[in-house]
Amino acid sequence: MQIEFNLNGQAVSADVEPRTTLADCIRNDFGQTGTHLACEHGVCGACTVLVNGEAVRSCLLLAVQVQNDKVVTIEGLSGDELTPLQAAFRKHHALQCGFCTPGFITTAHALLSHEPDADEDRIRDVLSGNLCRCSGYVPIVEAVLEARSSYRDSGSK
Amino acid sequence: MKVFNSYIGRPMERVEDLRMVRGRGTYVADVNRPNQLYAVILRSSTAHGIIKSIDSSEALALAGVHHVLTAKDLGNEVPLIPLRLQPLPQLEPFHQPVLADKKVRYVGEPIAVVIAESAAIAEDALERIALEIDPLPAVATRAQAEAKRSVLFEGHGSNVAITWKAFRGDADEAFKTADYVRRETFRVQRHAAMFMEPRGFVAEWDEAAGKLTVWGAAKTAWYNRRTLAAQLGLELEAVDLIEVDVGGGFGSRGEFYPEDYLIPAAARIVGRPVKWTEDRREHIMSANHARDVECDVEFAATRDGRFIGLRGQIWSDIGAYIRTNGSVGPRNVAQYMSGPYCMEHIDLKSSMLTTNKTPCGTYRGPGRYETDFIRERMIDLAAQDLKIDRVELRRRNLVADAQMPYTLASITPYDSSTELDSGDYHAVFDRCLKEFGWEERSKLRGQSIDGYYHGLAIGSFIEGGAAGPKEEVRLVLETDGALSVYMGSSSVGQGLETIMAQIAADAMEIPYEKITILHGSTSYVKDGYGAYHSRSTVMGGSAILLGAEKLKELIQQTAAQRLGCKSEEVVIDGEQASFGGNHIAFAGLSETPLEVEAAFFNKKYTWAYGTQAAHVAVDPGTGHVKVIDVMSVEDVGRMINPLTLHGQAIGSIVQGLGGAFLEHLVYDDEGQLLTGSFADYLMPTASDFPSIRSVTLELKPCPNNPLGAKGAGEGGLIPIGGLMANAVADALSHLNVQPMELPLSPPRIWQLVEEAEAARARA
Amino acid sequence: MKPPIFEYASPLTVAEAVSLLASRNGNAKVISGGQSLMPMLAFRLAAPELLVDLKHLKDLGAIRIGEDGVRLGARVRWCDIESDARLAVSHPLLAEAIKHVAHYQIRNRGTVGGSVAHADPSAEMPGIAMTCDAQMKIVGSAGTRIEAAADFFTGPLQTSLEQDEILTEVHLPAWPAARRWAFLEFARRKGDFAMAGVALYYDLDSGSRITDAHIGAIGVADRPIRLTEAEAVLNGNQMSDKLIAAASAKARQSIDPPSDIHAPGAYRAALVATLLGRGLKKSAA
Repeated sequence: MQIEFNLNGQAVSADVEPRTTLADCIRNDFGQTGTHLACEHGVCGACTVLVNGEAVRSCLLLAVQVQNDKVVTIEGLSGDELTPLQAAFRKHHALQCGFCTPGFITTAHALLSHEPDADEDRIRDVLSGNLCRCSGYVPIVEAVLEARSSYRDSGSK
Repeated sequence: MKVFNSYIGRPMERVEDLRMVRGRGTYVADVNRPNQLYAVILRSSTAHGIIKSIDSSEALALAGVHHVLTAKDLGNEVPLIPLRLQPLPQLEPFHQPVLADKKVRYVGEPIAVVIAESAAIAEDALERIALEIDPLPAVATRAQAEAKRSVLFEGHGSNVAITWKAFRGDADEAFKTADYVRRETFRVQRHAAMFMEPRGFVAEWDEAAGKLTVWGAAKTAWYNRRTLAAQLGLELEAVDLIEVDVGGGFGSRGEFYPEDYLIPAAARIVGRPVKWTEDRREHIMSANHARDVECDVEFAATRDGRFIGLRGQIWSDIGAYIRTNGSVGPRNVAQYMSGPYCMEHIDLKSSMLTTNKTPCGTYRGPGRYETDFIRERMIDLAAQDLKIDRVELRRRNLVADAQMPYTLASITPYDSSTELDSGDYHAVFDRCLKEFGWEERSKLRGQSIDGYYHGLAIGSFIEGGAAGPKEEVRLVLETDGALSVYMGSSSVGQGLETIMAQIAADAMEIPYEKITILHGSTSYVKDGYGAYHSRSTVMGGSAILLGAEKLKELIQQTAAQRLGCKSEEVVIDGEQASFGGNHIAFAGLSETPLEVEAAFFNKKYTWAYGTQAAHVAVDPGTGHVKVIDVMSVEDVGRMINPLTLHGQAIGSIVQGLGGAFLEHLVYDDEGQLLTGSFADYLMPTASDFPSIRSVTLELKPCPNNPLGAKGAGEGGLIPIGGLMANAVADALSHLNVQPMELPLSPPRIWQLVEEAEAARARA
Repeated sequence: MKPPIFEYASPLTVAEAVSLLASRNGNAKVISGGQSLMPMLAFRLAAPELLVDLKHLKDLGAIRIGEDGVRLGARVRWCDIESDARLAVSHPLLAEAIKHVAHYQIRNRGTVGGSVAHADPSAEMPGIAMTCDAQMKIVGSAGTRIEAAADFFTGPLQTSLEQDEILTEVHLPAWPAARRWAFLEFARRKGDFAMAGVALYYDLDSGSRITDAHIGAIGVADRPIRLTEAEAVLNGNQMSDKLIAAASAKARQSIDPPSDIHAPGAYRAALVATLLGRGLKKSAA
């Protein structure tokens, strides 16, 4: 099937089988490999992307379901300089192997965009949908707490 | 004025993060080769059985399917996977074939490989392979193994593959005269490393050049290259294993698995690059399991609480085959049961049982997590029996500084012995009590607050690291003055590039930013050993120090010719070589890169050590345990990067908590794996264990390497199982609840409470 | 873990969706949020010929609150319930229960209709539907029918939905402001399916006696159930520790939960008693 959507600010189109997940489409059809697959059954959160501003698991979504939608991946949240959220991850050593990291950053970005005042409990609650095997989560939570101020300042969405 | 030695010991932010936080890392699933095909593996859904037939014709008829590889493609002899560690001849019958040949022995065992235009098509084809297996009775428990419900390896005649013996002193004599002896059985459940990035390979065979390149190597690339080259009948130089970013290892990733052979072999057969990306379901049933241990042990002490001895039998369920490092856990359980405590007399037998389950290998703190659970539980039980405070009892028995080096039990066969190298165990113990606030918190012990009963525990541990025999590096001073460090160490996500750059920067007095660390690929150095046994920092780092000395000599020689002096007269200082007021910058020193090779040899382990304390609260109604606080204090001799080291400790502790409370690979009696997804295999999440603390000390540098560092990173989890069980027992002391088995799942704790209440009602 | 081959359609009306379903003789499946279906496809536990996506049926995404109660369109997502402040008054039991459903990303996609039609015996929404005597609005080739929750859930992951039918709305009857209630569940980790959960409500008569007690339990049978014997213990009596103990004991006796890898049945039965006791205390506080 032919699909069209907006990927990281670009209008894109692809011819995909209906069974192709959004995650596989982003990775294979558009070569944006920052979206990672660690379980493919909707538990680990590594494949989290933003669809119309909301964090969703791209392994639980078919590519054909995002027709005309706006999809943002870790690549779309990244530039030449680290964002305050990314810099906070680095500063707090919130990643080791880095495989789960894009999913944590997309999820945390969605959370802080909507709730820049989220407290530690809320942050832990939201991040409990993402698995990390290396960090023990303590530094990830510290990083997200620290990054809140940049979302308050910019009011960015 | 120049300040040297300024990077080691600093919490440098990681080089790796710059790509990883932006989704720019390259993991093996991100590697693609032109014209590649995709492999998917047909795995046995029968735990034990005889393969009668495999008919691939319908699969091959599907559009897009190129080949279905079965044991028949591999000639008369299906290659076996040799043991990387403890390669005893008597274990050869238990080596795993790369494809099941006539028999399947576990659910998940590879039977065939489908190669197709896409992974989805290959999966479609899997469903069309007609497979006929005559089932045999399965062996899924120790009782079934001992009763020989089946014998997995008929020629061996028993399901006991081998029995290790750890010994010291004269245990039988000591137990005869001991004041106090207690005998107990304990059990630690099967769980696994479960790193986040599934395994994978991309293999490419260049027919014209006779060259095989395999992306996706990890941990032990050079050893795996030797194995693969031998299996394929290729020269070593014809095979290159390439390490890209690696999403976690924890002992499990990077060992030689069937797929390490199958994917390269498939690429050679079909003549096109072949990519395989493991999915989570197959990961859970195919990558190494770990920790499945039961024991029946006796502990002896004097009336005044001096430990005397350990004696007994341990059984490790190692699954259907013995894998590359499959003996490490079972051996460590026996050899290190005494931990950081004086124990004169030891006689422990550790048997490896073959069963129809996924084979086992190492997982962070292999054998140590299990054995610390056993030992620390025994100590708390003894403290209760002997009416000695458990803090005091431990303090009384920790190995003292003056006793170093302290020899641990020896192990046989594949004889080895080792000694604790250095440490002030008492100082760390006391520091932990203080950091934790033991005295203050003790007031809460046994109290019920909002329905939760509070309990504390303390335990000490040792962590062996820095396995030899060597590590290699190649240092290259590039013509522009930058330094490239090629090394045999591997990264499994622990921050190798940052840590090694810190060491190299100090050693060469070159700014950190000018250093590139290249690691883990067989093209970089002649031989390498990789990342296991907490060895990279000590072995790789020490090799860099040696390499730096050699490179400085070469720089002196090169500069001396231009400065017109003797080599030894050249002073190296601030990226330049100087003599008599003349300076030559490293940049431009030579028209060709200056290159040296070096190797660090070491056979002595490093022994980091520490103490942990925990505070939990238990809801007897649900069986839920709230972990209120964990404090870990550890001495690692010398810290290279406090930031990454702290991360290792915290991450390791939370993994240990997963093993203590959540993670369990459950099989039924017919060998069917019942926890084949992340919905059933439960790992810690961000909301489970919010309060974890760690303090790292540099009290006693390691005497056995030039860095003075001790391998660290596994330590955090080692005492956690015992610590949590002791804390739960403490919380429920009014009921005398005594957990003897992990995990401490809510139903198990509820069950213990029910039984204790029933016992109290009877009394 | 790639899904099997299927076709995909995203009809513009419910009628069109129904006729697509009817055209495939049971080999078509509805997809909306997909948060239960997609894992089943990934594991190849389901192999439909056709997926009928409800994404264009905007009307099914509404939460309607009126004098006769709360009407949840089938496409209402967990995050929609979470962010609808009216529900704290209009149906606090629903609002509380839905806090326990899954995780953030799932909550942005998962729907009421998907959960109820999937009929997981541990899931919160079917439990609430069962506890609250919900009426299910179902549209099929034969027209529209309304069915009580008690008749809708027929077994493990089974409902009375015919092959050509779509669940379009869940109607929860009106909620009196003075109603007492509680929702408690216990899961291994936050967001996991509950090992057991209890939803309850009752009203008090002029003599502070319990009337119309409703107690539902999840995770303890092949479908969400009502604990009618425990309800009977409560009705007509004033709340007391003794009554709570009696109702909890009755609940424990009246169920026989299955055992699985996460918990033995006996544990689940005891857990229901514990949760019910705590829930009743909470409701009376």
